[in-house]
Amino acid sequence: MAPPSAENCSSGIKASNISNLGSNFFFTELADQLQEDVSKPVTDVADKWKLLPHFLQLRGLMRQHIDSFDFFVNREIKDIVNAASNRELRSEADPKFWLRYTDVHVGEPSVDDDAYVSSRVTPFQCRLRDCTYSAPITVDVRYTRGRQIVVKRGVMIGRIPIMLRSCKCILAGRSEAELAEKKECPYDPGGYFIVKGVERVILMQEQLSKNRVIIEEDNKGNVSASITSSTHDRKGRSNIFVKNGTKVYLKNNLLGDDVPIVVVLKAMGMQSDQEIVCMVGDSPEMLDAFAPSLEEPYHLGICTQAQALRYIGAKIRNTTQNRGPGPSGMGFAFYRRASSPEEEAREVLASVILNHVPVINFDFRTKCIFVCHVIRRVLLTHRDRSQLDDKDYYGNKRLELAGQLLSLLFEDLFKRLNVQLKKQADQGLSKPNRTQSFDVIKCIRTDTITNGFIQAIATGNWKLQRFRMDRQGVTQVLTRLSYISCLGMMTRINSQFEKTRKVSGPRSLQPSQWGMICPADTPEGEACGLVKNLALLAHVTTDEESEPIRKLCFDLGIEDVTLLSGAEINASSNYLVFLNGLIVGCHSRPLRFVRLLRLLRRKGLVAEFVSVCLHEVQRAIYIATDGGRVCRPLLVCEKGVPRLTNMMMRQLSSGLLTLAELIRCGVVEYVDVNEENNCLIALAQTQLTVKHTHMEIDPLTVLGVVAGLIPYPHHNQSPRNTYQCAMGKQAMGTVALNQYERLDSLLYAMVYPQKPLVTTRTLDLVNFNELPGGQNAIVAVMSYSGYDIEDAVVLNKASLDRGFGRCLILRKHQTSLRKYANGAADNLRGPPEDTAAACSGMGGEPSAAQSNSAGAYSIRRDPRLRRFEALDKDGICQVGERLENGSVMINKESPISVADLNMGSGADPTPFKPTPLSYKGPAPSHVDQVLITSNEGGDLLVKGSADATAYGGTVTGRGVAARRNGA
Amino acid sequence: MAATRIEAYRVEADQLYESYRSLTLAEVKTVVEHLREKLRIHIVKMDVEEMVFDLIGADASFANALRRILLAEVPSMAIEIVHVFANSSILHDEVLAHRLGLIPILADPAHFEGMLPGPAAEANEHNTLVFELDAAFVLAKGETGRQKDSSNGINTCDASTLKAPTRNVYAKDLVWRPMGEQETRLAERVPQVAHPDILIAKLKPGQRIKVEGWCRKGVGKDHAKYSPVGTASYRLLPSIDFVEPVLGEEADRLVELCPMGVFDIEDLGKGGARGAGRKAVVARPRDCSMCRECVREGPGVDRVRLKRVADHFIFSIESVGTLAPDRVLKDAVRVLREKCTSLLEAIEAEGRGDGGGGKG
Repeated sequence: MAPPSAENCSSGIKASNISNLGSNFFFTELADQLQEDVSKPVTDVADKWKLLPHFLQLRGLMRQHIDSFDFFVNREIKDIVNAASNRELRSEADPKFWLRYTDVHVGEPSVDDDAYVSSRVTPFQCRLRDCTYSAPITVDVRYTRGRQIVVKRGVMIGRIPIMLRSCKCILAGRSEAELAEKKECPYDPGGYFIVKGVERVILMQEQLSKNRVIIEEDNKGNVSASITSSTHDRKGRSNIFVKNGTKVYLKNNLLGDDVPIVVVLKAMGMQSDQEIVCMVGDSPEMLDAFAPSLEEPYHLGICTQAQALRYIGAKIRNTTQNRGPGPSGMGFAFYRRASSPEEEAREVLASVILNHVPVINFDFRTKCIFVCHVIRRVLLTHRDRSQLDDKDYYGNKRLELAGQLLSLLFEDLFKRLNVQLKKQADQGLSKPNRTQSFDVIKCIRTDTITNGFIQAIATGNWKLQRFRMDRQGVTQVLTRLSYISCLGMMTRINSQFEKTRKVSGPRSLQPSQWGMICPADTPEGEACGLVKNLALLAHVTTDEESEPIRKLCFDLGIEDVTLLSGAEINASSNYLVFLNGLIVGCHSRPLRFVRLLRLLRRKGLVAEFVSVCLHEVQRAIYIATDGGRVCRPLLVCEKGVPRLTNMMMRQLSSGLLTLAELIRCGVVEYVDVNEENNCLIALAQTQLTVKHTHMEIDPLTVLGVVAGLIPYPHHNQSPRNTYQCAMGKQAMGTVALNQYERLDSLLYAMVYPQKPLVTTRTLDLVNFNELPGGQNAIVAVMSYSGYDIEDAVVLNKASLDRGFGRCLILRKHQTSLRKYANGAADNLRGPPEDTAAACSGMGGEPSAAQSNSAGAYSIRRDPRLRRFEALDKDGICQVGERLENGSVMINKESPISVADLNMGSGADPTPFKPTPLSYKGPAPSHVDQVLITSNEGGDLLVKGSADATAYGGTVTGRGVAARRNGA
Repeated sequence: MAATRIEAYRVEADQLYESYRSLTLAEVKTVVEHLREKLRIHIVKMDVEEMVFDLIGADASFANALRRILLAEVPSMAIEIVHVFANSSILHDEVLAHRLGLIPILADPAHFEGMLPGPAAEANEHNTLVFELDAAFVLAKGETGRQKDSSNGINTCDASTLKAPTRNVYAKDLVWRPMGEQETRLAERVPQVAHPDILIAKLKPGQRIKVEGWCRKGVGKDHAKYSPVGTASYRLLPSIDFVEPVLGEEADRLVELCPMGVFDIEDLGKGGARGAGRKAVVARPRDCSMCRECVREGPGVDRVRLKRVADHFIFSIESVGTLAPDRVLKDAVRVLREKCTSLLEAIEAEGRGDGGGGKG
């Protein structure tokens, strides 16, 4: 419940409606109500779930990945190129030289066939040809060439892998028929990359939110506020903590020692103790708690700003990182080299410590207020430990998606490219007499960015020294065991915690994860609880422009914090307003402010993912527009009635209304974890009271995609659901509609997969019925001595004969015919003709390998040549031929020496050694298909796939994954 | 003599009483005598596909032996070897062959010899039937394949989905190719597929299947495709009687309780025992599924006795269509007799001292 003062505020707005905005909304609301009288609200509770397909249609199944990639490609990449430190390139050799980037574009996916030709490419071709599905990044530049200023558009600087189904992908918005034409499965969710023919997913990374104050107990039991600041310029971490239960200190990596906080304040220009006390809080208890810290600087003999700065300047650590001259382009020079310790301290305070609080022209006012606020909270928490923040609370977490990770990578690579260009320019311009004026564009090496992206995504190693980032396993190969395993992978969230740590906090299920994260789907063992999965309707936000919101806040009656005194800021009638962790101002009528802001959002005047949260204990309003927050849609309720009406449902189903419109007019809204704290959410319509603000769309949405497949999960013991989540992914069935054409390295495809008889709603939503896994079995549960083993089934032989559990196993075997530096190349050779050839090294003789019919006949006779039987005349196995262990599939031969350079004279051909690709496997199989293609390097690629049929019994023997039926 | 036998299993609320006890040799003899005397078969229902008969006076072991032979040891013809000349359909050769094998072939197995085991066995006109399948979906110029034309198995397609048209390949596309003398020998019953409308595959325009299937004689224990029956099963005849009559409204309740409608009401006229004039009688004991609803609660708890007649089997045979059900039964009985004969021979040979000369 809100404190009484706040209650008064809310009644105030009801009575008056003075403001322009307020009265406007009053009338529209009235109109809405009238309309609602005509078409009654949804009374039939069973109807609500019908919204789900519309949500999935609007957002798509794996929209979060695609949204974040789209955001990067359309917006963030431009911000990076236009950032002050990246935009311009100058040379030390010639002061007149400059290069300026004016714009950047990401083109259409294509593949370079050779140095001159590039052609458009479909993702499917990339999979088959082991290529990277990527698009060129082009920039528009202005630069000087000699004395001219040249403007060039569309200069390619590299290639970026394109996420499937993103806005840059050719599959975006295509119909089923068009997708089929491109050999793409229409049910494929997209959201992954194809790098060198391998499908790779960038997993969502969970981490503590940046730029927010989190008050925790450190390992010595001290109350400590830890603030991770992150801006495009610098990422750092500061702690403000109570040392030994008395004095408050600031800790930062750059400072060799903990610095008394009041010294910091003094250094930032708050010299008057009176002012500090006012800012921190002047109640007697507060004063008592703060007094020791306040005395600290006098013991150190610090009274003035200059003294404080000198003190801090002396504490700055002499690391090579901030002392070294470092090339300006490398990004290490985060602040200007200062001449004196005082100036250096000032620089550090302005741009290193708590660098997310902007300091313009060394006006430290905002930062002082921020620091004082933190001190206040630390001291309050020190007295009352119940105010400690919960690190595991999901509102304090952010998910880092593919877009954000790629943007970091691109920033690093782009800076590296600029450094290279600068070096080239320095060299080129410093030559004394040039025949041609230096053209910097010709020096652009596209490999830097292209290979950088490919390396990172292909290995999953994000090693960016510039941002002190070294992460392994960021990407994973998309598992294509079944359609569900593929979907399950796209919703996976990886945690940054170490797996070895035996802490239960981060692993346990948090109440705040309700509806955001699937409670059942997590692996067992070491990664238990650290790897999570998104719930069905959960959405991850992307960054939103915060400046308009800031302006709006002032329009809604916020008082600028820099203009207020400490007493006013800490007044009991005032609520502090934070925007993305920064103090914006104060508001005396917080309930009204929050109501109006939400109203504006429901009217579609504020972006839908902006969250507003009123924190009554901290007496603060938190507004968040940053990316990576998890949120979920809820039905808005007013006066105990949902705004959704049956009329709307009918219009939705007939296509007259879209869900986007419903969101825009505030019938449905996205609510993030923090804002959920201000909501009272009814599970069902029957529970609705006047106090409720929201209603769930359907309880099934708390589960994720994989757990949604379990029938009657609420009747199961909870670990059973978790086990089923792990097993459901292993179910054999259909991988994709194009499964037989995909040439996966190993494909288990069931011959007769069946739609499940017992279905769930999720099942229909995720198209599981179109790409089913498993079969329905009639099972008798009985004791049967001798076979009463746990977790086993006895199968009826006749049902196996009739096709139960029958599967095809297709295995890919491939080789490439390489060209070597000396001009020699791998070769294909037909099967050896006669016995003599076979004896002298299995086709090693470079005799004319024209096998005639008589020769072919002799192959069948000679047992030593049996292994060549599957080969065609061109040395590649024929489709339909039987392969046994040791059979040659591709009869390749390679030149013995690849170093000799005396090739090309044509005198004597290099001798070859046989390097055949043979079939290995205990059971014989048959050649299913053969593909001859070329990869990006132009090497010829031969892929073949062989299949073997297996009966259910032998294959599922590893474990029968039964979707148990709770009924 | 018959007193040594169990006449009925009594079924109480939730348990099954009594069971066989092992018989002494003397008793076995009486049982065999009994069997010879009492064994009767009474056909209840009989058509081309299904046959239901009562096997009365037999032992459960006998009925089960018959059932198992019906399922697994009565020979029939099925495609065993498939030669694929062309297959550009979505189905893999293995899958196609498997599907072809499962198609019931209408051919009398008595006209054929079994294939000798071992690699030396060669196919000839006496042990092999050949069926050909050549189906292609060829679109003439200008044809879209979207028009309705059910005669050639082309599916119409919903234009909105823009999916490619398909042509269905059915079992009737399998054409028998007579080998050697087969044409005259099998003239009276031309081999063909039992059900013409079994879907084998679907073809896209331009796809083709050309295969040759070689049928052989085999038995169900080798592969289920040789089994001439879909199911062959039996159950015991339920016997329901009243310990004391159920009358009046209670009778109505009993009739309602039974989901299978076993009971009926008999009107006793006025002046029945309790003046109700209505009595429950067992009208259709065969319909009883032994669900025990009538003895679980309500009027029947102590008054209805649910039992099964121990030597009365309701036997049902469902043919897959290759052989008539009565023919399957006759074949099964013959197989059973052959088994018995060979067993007898073996025993006698043992008695003569030949040692394991006979077949087991």
